[in-house]
Amino acid sequence: MNSTRLRNIMPLAAFAVVLAILPQLPIPTFWITLMNNIGLASLVAIGLVLLTGVGGLTSFGQATFCGFGAYLTAVLTTNYGFSPWLTLPLSILVGAGVALPLGLITVRLSGHFLPLGTIAWGLAFYYLFGKIEFLGRYDGITAVPPLEIAGYQFFSSSSIFYVIWAFVILTVICAQNLLSSRVGRGIRALRGGGQAAESFGVNIVRAKLIVFVFAAAAAALSGWLYAHMQRSVNPTPFGLNMGIEYLLMAVVGGSGHVWGAIFGSAIVLILKEILQRVMPSLIGSGANVEMIVFGILLVAILQMARNGIWPFVLRFLPAKPPQEIPPTDGNLPKRTLACAGSPLIKVEKARKAFGGLVAVNDVSFEVPAGRIVGLIGPNGAGKSTTFNLITGIASLTSGSVYYQGEPLTGDSPRQIARHGIARTFQHAKILPEMTVLENVALGAHLRGSAGVFKSLLHAERVEEATLLAEAARQIERVGLGAYRDRLAGDLALGQIRIVEIARALAADPAVLLLDEPAAGLRHGEKQELSNLLKKLREEGVAVLLVEHDMGFVMGLVDHLVVLDFGTLIAEGKPADVRQHPAVVAAYLGTAA
Amino acid sequence: MTKPLLEVSDIHVSYGRAEVLHGISLEMQPGSIVTVIGANGAGKSTLLNAIMGIVPSKGTILYDGAPVPRSVEERVAAGLCLVPEKRELFSTMSVEDNIELGGFLRNAADRDRTRADVYERFPRLKERRKQLAGTLSGGERQMLALARALMARPRLLLLDEPSLGLAPKIVIDILNIVSELRKTGVSILLVEQNARAALEIADHGYLVELGEVKLSGAASDLASNPALMESYLGTHA
Amino acid sequence: MDATIATFLIQDGVTNGAIYALLGLALVLVFAVTRIIFIPQGEFVTYGALSLAVLDGGRVPATTSMLVCFGIAALLFDLWGMRRSFSAPPLLRALGINILLPVAIYAVVTVLAPLQPAPILRAAMAVLIIAPMGYYIYRIAYRPLADATVLVLLIASLGVHLAMMGLGLIFFGPEGLRAEPLSSESFTLGPALVSYQSVGIYITTILIIIGLYFFFERTLIGKALRATAVNRLGARLVGVRTQLTGSTALIMAAAIGAVSGVLIAPITTIYYDTGFMIGLKGFVAAILGGLGNFPLTAVGAIAVGIVEAFASFWASDYKEIIVFSLIIPVLVWLSFSVGSHEEE
Repeated sequence: MNSTRLRNIMPLAAFAVVLAILPQLPIPTFWITLMNNIGLASLVAIGLVLLTGVGGLTSFGQATFCGFGAYLTAVLTTNYGFSPWLTLPLSILVGAGVALPLGLITVRLSGHFLPLGTIAWGLAFYYLFGKIEFLGRYDGITAVPPLEIAGYQFFSSSSIFYVIWAFVILTVICAQNLLSSRVGRGIRALRGGGQAAESFGVNIVRAKLIVFVFAAAAAALSGWLYAHMQRSVNPTPFGLNMGIEYLLMAVVGGSGHVWGAIFGSAIVLILKEILQRVMPSLIGSGANVEMIVFGILLVAILQMARNGIWPFVLRFLPAKPPQEIPPTDGNLPKRTLACAGSPLIKVEKARKAFGGLVAVNDVSFEVPAGRIVGLIGPNGAGKSTTFNLITGIASLTSGSVYYQGEPLTGDSPRQIARHGIARTFQHAKILPEMTVLENVALGAHLRGSAGVFKSLLHAERVEEATLLAEAARQIERVGLGAYRDRLAGDLALGQIRIVEIARALAADPAVLLLDEPAAGLRHGEKQELSNLLKKLREEGVAVLLVEHDMGFVMGLVDHLVVLDFGTLIAEGKPADVRQHPAVVAAYLGTAA
Repeated sequence: MTKPLLEVSDIHVSYGRAEVLHGISLEMQPGSIVTVIGANGAGKSTLLNAIMGIVPSKGTILYDGAPVPRSVEERVAAGLCLVPEKRELFSTMSVEDNIELGGFLRNAADRDRTRADVYERFPRLKERRKQLAGTLSGGERQMLALARALMARPRLLLLDEPSLGLAPKIVIDILNIVSELRKTGVSILLVEQNARAALEIADHGYLVELGEVKLSGAASDLASNPALMESYLGTHA
Repeated sequence: MDATIATFLIQDGVTNGAIYALLGLALVLVFAVTRIIFIPQGEFVTYGALSLAVLDGGRVPATTSMLVCFGIAALLFDLWGMRRSFSAPPLLRALGINILLPVAIYAVVTVLAPLQPAPILRAAMAVLIIAPMGYYIYRIAYRPLADATVLVLLIASLGVHLAMMGLGLIFFGPEGLRAEPLSSESFTLGPALVSYQSVGIYITTILIIIGLYFFFERTLIGKALRATAVNRLGARLVGVRTQLTGSTALIMAAAIGAVSGVLIAPITTIYYDTGFMIGLKGFVAAILGGLGNFPLTAVGAIAVGIVEAFASFWASDYKEIIVFSLIIPVLVWLSFSVGSHEEE
């Protein structure tokens, strides 16, 4: 175990020690019970942090999943005499199993349909729990057996405390493991809109489903624990109001941080306790003041500290050390590139019409291996649309695009990425909250294969190390080594474009599509970029370049294709094209 | 020389942490056409957006001798009007409604009067007034965008690439309309890629390159300056 | 089931459906103009209904004091916004809207309520108290979030809902109230017995829909709201302020909510959380219309009402569950009709 790993584990270990001692101190049971509730809520909130803060989705219905976990174990242990330890995996499976179809229906829709759906089924299931005879209607189920290990029964608050917090720590570890893996990078990329992630082979729908199911499973676990702590269940704690409270906890804590979830749960539950105890004596009624306070708190946090309170706490904690790349002897396999000059991409009569407007008008050209082709033209000429047609982000109205003679028509960006076609974007699509290293490692997504379960258990560390090493290598190669551990959002615009190139290189591309890579670069940086591209050409990579800096293009490309009004007006050697009267007119305009 | 209508000094604009305009200054006299030209990506549109208040900027913008108001809407009320590169029409509403909304801040009588003027200038739009804006051709959309802007009775019209995406013949029509407009007393700040045509109708020009003013002067002088060609088509490598 | 029961259920469903239609339309309107998914819409239904019930008793509803409090809070927000550039005209405007208006309404209601005016006047008073709340809620909760994403605005909406529902519970208590009907008479029409109250609901709904149509088609401000929904930047460029369209949309939503509450208060007992459930059924209708289509929303609302009526006959225990499950097939359909890419 190296020092970074140790430092990463330190806070968790310290936290565990404090927790272990707590119940042994002379603390009133009341506080221990509160701590237990905080632990239960934290489990739900951690799931929401992943869903909302990391994945950019949200749910008001997490309490429903708690309900599934709680009712399942209550029914099986009371009516059928199951052991609670046997119902634990079943509860989690049921939570996940209910989430899966619900997720499948909604995750493909725009972001607000999922939360709206969760409100509806949150209410529907709440009524369902209260109507079914079998579940004891609104009275619920009583006499749920306590947890038991080797004859020891976890009856008291201070004994179940250990079980609850052990599960919380386990869930924190799983969540952190998931986030720091290849799968987790895909999930974290969802917030940036997902287009860049999809262009590097991340299956966005699946990434969304993974977080949704994970969050539901964590909530079901919380419900299972609740049933055995309370030793009874009824519908009340699984209603919509609790669902909103869980979201409040995630938002208060800071919906991007796993630790923030625990912090947020603590704040909300302590506040609730104070309100329920203090307020009635102040205003003389037992009404639910906490509803009002929580409602106002939720809006106020969004207005004043949209990232929650945890980031403020983080300022007082020592900064996280930069991610260390574990030494690895594994090397990623490299693609064998086609011999120079053989046609890789063939665009044939590609056409894209938006309504009546023809953005790309029957354009044909080729991009051979080991060559750099420039695609130029004035603003609005259809260059970026042509790019999107090749990478599958836009669909062809007619015509076709071939890769090594195979048609790409109808393929998704993800499928196209698998051929080794990597791209950068005109408006750089990096993830500003992730480090340069993580951004670039996203490019190598398709070169790894570890799935969710391996990631949760950190069983994919060897593969992950090779992916990170590859990302680091590409960062060095483009000359950004010094910025490797900086947040990508802190870089200048020109450097961000270079990060995108490194990300594309990490995919081990056969074809590199660059959309205005030189924009915002200083003269010297352009020179370096030019040298890098020449080197890639020697290695046999095919490069298609959209660029408006003509000086840069002229000295670099082998072949130029000029578009104007979506139509190809000239192509050939740069020097010839530059003299072409149609090209001069397209750029400078004709006199009125 | 009269007092300038617009005086932009040392304006900086950043997107996130990256600066895209590095201290641009320009000024224009009332009743003149000033053009800002330069290659794709030079920062011309950003400059117009900063003057209109759509993107936040550092530096000073004096309009009619006083600091320009803060919000976009107040700037519209003060007589600034932007026809953006993407036109930003209300595509699912009729031509008529688009035009009417152009005069949102004027009173009803004033609006009716201006509408009559606008229809006279753009008879094509009058014919199509019941049609949805989204169904118009490219040239008609540009006309509608201009018409909508004129409904606000602007003193300073900011035009962002009015010729973008239009066939050469229509470009000439549009630019003719622009130079006609000047006769009504409107001052025009014109951003154009079509440098030759823009300089032909402008009094004064600024060549912008990578977020800085590279060259400025009388339009006729700029047109023959070799630096212009170089900025657009690059030097021989 | 015989024909009499069926006609009765259909009539019941259409009556409730008409209310859901109003709420669904308001939700689509607010979403199109402001991108806010306006969950608290249902609270305005509750407030309107309960205010009317209290006014029926000749007392002043607590919502009048709430209105004054909302005004004060909005004023504080305005003052905070003016802290850098202070001048008299905006201050006077802020005082007028945030203090003068609610105090005037408070005074009118306090004077009139004990006189027990005609039912229609009481209903008008209830709407008058509630409608301005839309403006204050926009000012306090949403305007500071104008640049936020749909998701953040939705989370804020849940916060507003929670706070308003809590206030309703404190001020009106957990007991339900029912208002006096405008008319308790009814007449027979073929096989059906039709009450004047439900005829009133149909007529009001139709009038509001016609009114909305004229507002959006004929008035400049209505067109400005549509323009904002179509193209936000374009609207700003012609001088339409986001705040103007945002607060207009919310005032309309609050007024429609209050009218719905006033209409439904005599036929159902309203508890502090009833409005929320009614509002959500409006949502189911709005989702049936894909959150953007007015006619489909109205048709969807009637369908929701009828399904609910039949569900309460056949399986009254599962009524809510059946209604809320209606959105699942719609979400499935929406999900398969969107392209997986080309979304942006």
